[in-house]
Amino acid sequence: MGGLLLQRVWQGVVVLFAVSLFSFVLIFLSGDPVAALVPLNARQEDIANIRHQYNLDQPLPVQYLLFLGRAARGDMGESFRYRTPALPLVLSRLPNTVLLAVVSLLLTALVSLPLGILAARYGGPLDTLASFLSLLAISMPSFWLGVIFIIVFAGALRWLPASGAGTWKQLILPTLTVSTFSIGLLTRLVRRSVGETLRREFVTVARAKGLKEAHILWGHVLRNSAIPIVTVMGLQFGALLGGSVVVETVFAWPGVGWLMIQAIEARDLPVIRAAVLILAVFIVVINLLVDLIYTWLDPRIKLGARP
Amino acid sequence: MNQVALERGRMKAPPLRGAGGGRRTEDGRPRTALGRRLAAVRRRRSAVVGGVIVLLVLGTALLSLVWTPHPYQEQDLGRAILPPFWMPGGQTSFALGTDLNGRDLLSRIMVGAQASLFVGIASVLVGGALGVTLGLLAGYFGGWFESLVMRLVDVQLSMPGVLLAIAILAAIGKGLLNVVLVLGIVSWVQYARFVRGSTLAVKGQEYVAAARAVGATHSRIVWRHVFPNILPPLLTVSTINVSSNILAESALSYLGVGVPLSTVTWGGMLNEGKNLFELAWWNAAWPGLAILLIVFGINLLGDGLNDASS
Repeated sequence: MGGLLLQRVWQGVVVLFAVSLFSFVLIFLSGDPVAALVPLNARQEDIANIRHQYNLDQPLPVQYLLFLGRAARGDMGESFRYRTPALPLVLSRLPNTVLLAVVSLLLTALVSLPLGILAARYGGPLDTLASFLSLLAISMPSFWLGVIFIIVFAGALRWLPASGAGTWKQLILPTLTVSTFSIGLLTRLVRRSVGETLRREFVTVARAKGLKEAHILWGHVLRNSAIPIVTVMGLQFGALLGGSVVVETVFAWPGVGWLMIQAIEARDLPVIRAAVLILAVFIVVINLLVDLIYTWLDPRIKLGARP
Repeated sequence: MNQVALERGRMKAPPLRGAGGGRRTEDGRPRTALGRRLAAVRRRRSAVVGGVIVLLVLGTALLSLVWTPHPYQEQDLGRAILPPFWMPGGQTSFALGTDLNGRDLLSRIMVGAQASLFVGIASVLVGGALGVTLGLLAGYFGGWFESLVMRLVDVQLSMPGVLLAIAILAAIGKGLLNVVLVLGIVSWVQYARFVRGSTLAVKGQEYVAAARAVGATHSRIVWRHVFPNILPPLLTVSTINVSSNILAESALSYLGVGVPLSTVTWGGMLNEGKNLFELAWWNAAWPGLAILLIVFGINLLGDGLNDASS
């Protein structure tokens, strides 16, 4: 157990190292970073000054180490646009993004688990309908769905606000929009996974023993289908955090994603960098938590001896 | 220790982004022979419907190269935001209405199909070429190269693709080819992991050992024996990847970091149309419906191919 956990933590560290390298390189992909800082008619010595001030005259490895050192102390540079430190700016938007992702994940589980299980268990028209709807859901462009929701519920019916955050009413449309894809994805997975488990021998044995169907479903089938479902839900949480970039922009939801898009429009590189890093750290932590849930669901994983 | 990581990797792998294992035979449990046959027909029928949709959009894209009802860039403020033909004030010659600049929406939707299909197919070729090559080599030769590739896959999978694409595009700037490149880079991992797994399975087969025994070179074994055997499932993964990349392209263009507005894309049209929703909802409706249609069609086709190959 301890060994595996240690290994997963180590893997998380490797990922974070790679992400830090990526976000470091990001600024150089856009050409000379100084160009983003100075006006077009800047004098040569001003440019040299800025280059020195930001350590851009140092060799790249040195710059990277300086960057790492500052990042470890929570210093991600200053936003070009707001003239405030980038990291607190991003962190102040994080709760909104996490709120949207958590509520969406809950909604996804609430809809997908029963729907997928019922479709796999009973088949027939319900199954056909569930398959069709879930395929439609994963084919839906989320930003378009969001715009349509705004047209219908905010524009025509005037039931719900079109944008902003703060009240539960403002949470409804973004949540529905973000959840649609993951509901489709998870329903398909639950249906397949439960369907496969239902065909296993131990289910036949359980039936032969005369166990109640409900007991078989809850006690045997779900427990055995749980691993892929938990995996995908963990991954979906990361995807929801990332996918919220699009939906947050549609609904002007003040989260990290919308901040990042605004930062891109303003070429505010420190904020882009900080947003990428923060989301990545968050996702690594979530993946680690999912790994812990695994070992609880399937003790065989602890021993590293999966068949 | 590595073994555990690889096992874990494989276990964690398939459902991600619905690509690899996400769409394997979903069909539950037809109990009778008749039930199985009906299910097979239904599956084939959905694949046929998907195929027809894809051909329709492909045909539209090709047609728009030589003919559209109106020149798609032609502006005329005198006919700005005309409604679709069945609404009061609509004209049959502008069947789906016009935008704020009086450009014909039907013509623009037709032309927009070009960019969607181009990005979808080209990015899959880029990502596929990269991922298949690395996956084949990793699976066939193993060793440190395999560890390196798989570690890279692990790292990239822990970042959501959209986020990665936005970050890179923010840095290198927008553009049609940049979008193709970035979506290719974002999706190579799916191919690499899946191809490595299949290669490992094929490598153990007797005919590979036989080929080696008669003196075939490694490159001959990889390309003539291993590759053809992983081709059918590879086609399924690629098909579904085309649809997810089309969806990603439209999101990027909608956000204004993808294809610039000078090229007509459905995502870009939606970006232009979204602020008109109180005044002219059709400007936002048609591009989204077009995206939904092609993505749904390709997904249907992919599901059908998947069922057929398993």
